Amino acid sequence: MLNLEQMRKDFPILNRKVHGKQLVYFDNGATSQKPRQVINELVDYYENYNSNIHRSVHLLGEEATEKYEIARSKIASFIGTSVPESIVFVRGTTEGINLVASSWGSMNISAGDEILLTPMEHHSNLVPWQLLAERTGAQLKFFNLTEDGQLDLSNMDSLISPNTKLVALTIMSNVLGTINPVKKIIDAAHSVGSIVVLDGAQSVPHMPTDVVDLDCDFLAFSGHKMLGPTGIGVLYGKKEILDEMNPYMFGGEMVRQVSLEKSTWNDLPYKFEAGTPNIADVIGLGAAVDYLLKIGLKNIHDHEISLTSYALTKLEEFSDRMKVFGPRDTNLRGGNISFHCRDIHPHDLGTFLDQEGIAIRAGHHCAMPLMHCLEVPATGRASFYLYNTHDEIDFFITILGKALNYFEK
Amino acid sequence: MEEDKLDNLYQEIILDHYRRPRNPNIVLNPQIHAEGFNPFCGDRIIITANFDKDGVVNEVGMEGEGCAISQASASMMGEILKGKTLESISILTETFRGMMRGNNLSEKDIELFGELMALEGVREFPVRIKCALLAWSALDEGINNYKK
Repeated sequence: MLNLEQMRKDFPILNRKVHGKQLVYFDNGATSQKPRQVINELVDYYENYNSNIHRSVHLLGEEATEKYEIARSKIASFIGTSVPESIVFVRGTTEGINLVASSWGSMNISAGDEILLTPMEHHSNLVPWQLLAERTGAQLKFFNLTEDGQLDLSNMDSLISPNTKLVALTIMSNVLGTINPVKKIIDAAHSVGSIVVLDGAQSVPHMPTDVVDLDCDFLAFSGHKMLGPTGIGVLYGKKEILDEMNPYMFGGEMVRQVSLEKSTWNDLPYKFEAGTPNIADVIGLGAAVDYLLKIGLKNIHDHEISLTSYALTKLEEFSDRMKVFGPRDTNLRGGNISFHCRDIHPHDLGTFLDQEGIAIRAGHHCAMPLMHCLEVPATGRASFYLYNTHDEIDFFITILGKALNYFEK
Repeated sequence: MEEDKLDNLYQEIILDHYRRPRNPNIVLNPQIHAEGFNPFCGDRIIITANFDKDGVVNEVGMEGEGCAISQASASMMGEILKGKTLESISILTETFRGMMRGNNLSEKDIELFGELMALEGVREFPVRIKCALLAWSALDEGINNYKK
């Protein structure tokens, strides 16, 4: 059990008033709020040991380097690996996936190869593969979706063939909340020699992740969705795969020997971290991981499942006027709830709720192909995190009811 | 709740145009054909129009989907286009943009705008201004293409 009252005090922004109302923040799928512990860590770095890392001979540089590398180790163990070199710092999930598409993809994908994706991918796990396919002559293939927004695995054996070289999918849909059976898919992909790239942007912040148990080849996720700062994300890759890959950007730090004519590359993970990295935010992300571990990912997940189940039940009250997407069974999903109201466009609903201090997301959620599958132009989405409460859901439901009546009148 | 502010945004006349858009069709062989699309929210609008021999709009069609503001703005715009020349439409568009930017309209413009004045309330919601402008920006593009 979480001590919600105590924990909420760690998040200064939760005291904020919006249009004179208490903020109810249900837009965690877009970005999470930050606890004081993370904010303080950033301040501490800038006030006390701000300096560049790895090449400094002075004390500040030594301290910054140590904190930076400790954060890398923490993040490694947070996702279940004891190999810190397999953690590459990037700007976010998007850059992580682009790194794989650009480096691994260019070296390993050629005409006739198949890349298997799902219709529920965020654009960031779709567009880089479209471009890779275009560049190389590879073919994109897609799983189907079931009626309630799960992956249809009935034709998996034909979708995954000896031509399949790469499977990329999200662990949890940012729209449907669906948690995909990634382990099963990874096993099937590996049996034909394909690698698997996981988008963990929506899952890593909300439930335990174990890359060794999953046996995924790559996993990308974003710091800002897991209590950390913006502008920092992680690409995990199996060390033996990363070792074989060419760097993605070139410059300082990623080289070993440089002459006027040619250069050789630094060791992992530095060959992928050209230039001065985002030192402060890496250290901030380390603090976020500490915070999440202190609360416990299992506790967080259980709390969110309780909120999600409660919200889904409450939303049934409006079932004649709105459609809720994604699986109903909370064993199959997380706390992203998307819905479409018969009489209200999501933007109008978003504006209405905002006047009451409730922040939801309205739009296509960077998943236009999925909107097409769901046959809606856009949806509203409420997404929960550890600090949300059942009372907030009650308030949301009350205001949602008001909105439905308002636009129906 | 700030009911007043919301009621000012969603005035009855706006909700009425949203629920019952005027000229909901596509004009055959249109001289002006414009499409507006907002990739952030999926709002879209197709505007078609024709002129008579004196260069005055005599046929207008609007088709689209999206939020109340974008669709009501399009519907109201369609109504006001009828009977206008290209030149006066350009001035109208500029005046509407000005209103969204916060300009106060002259008595004459207020009279000309009529129902369109209901969209003034959108100014209080900066993120929604682009919804109100969607049809107008598309129209602009359609007119520019026509002139080419």
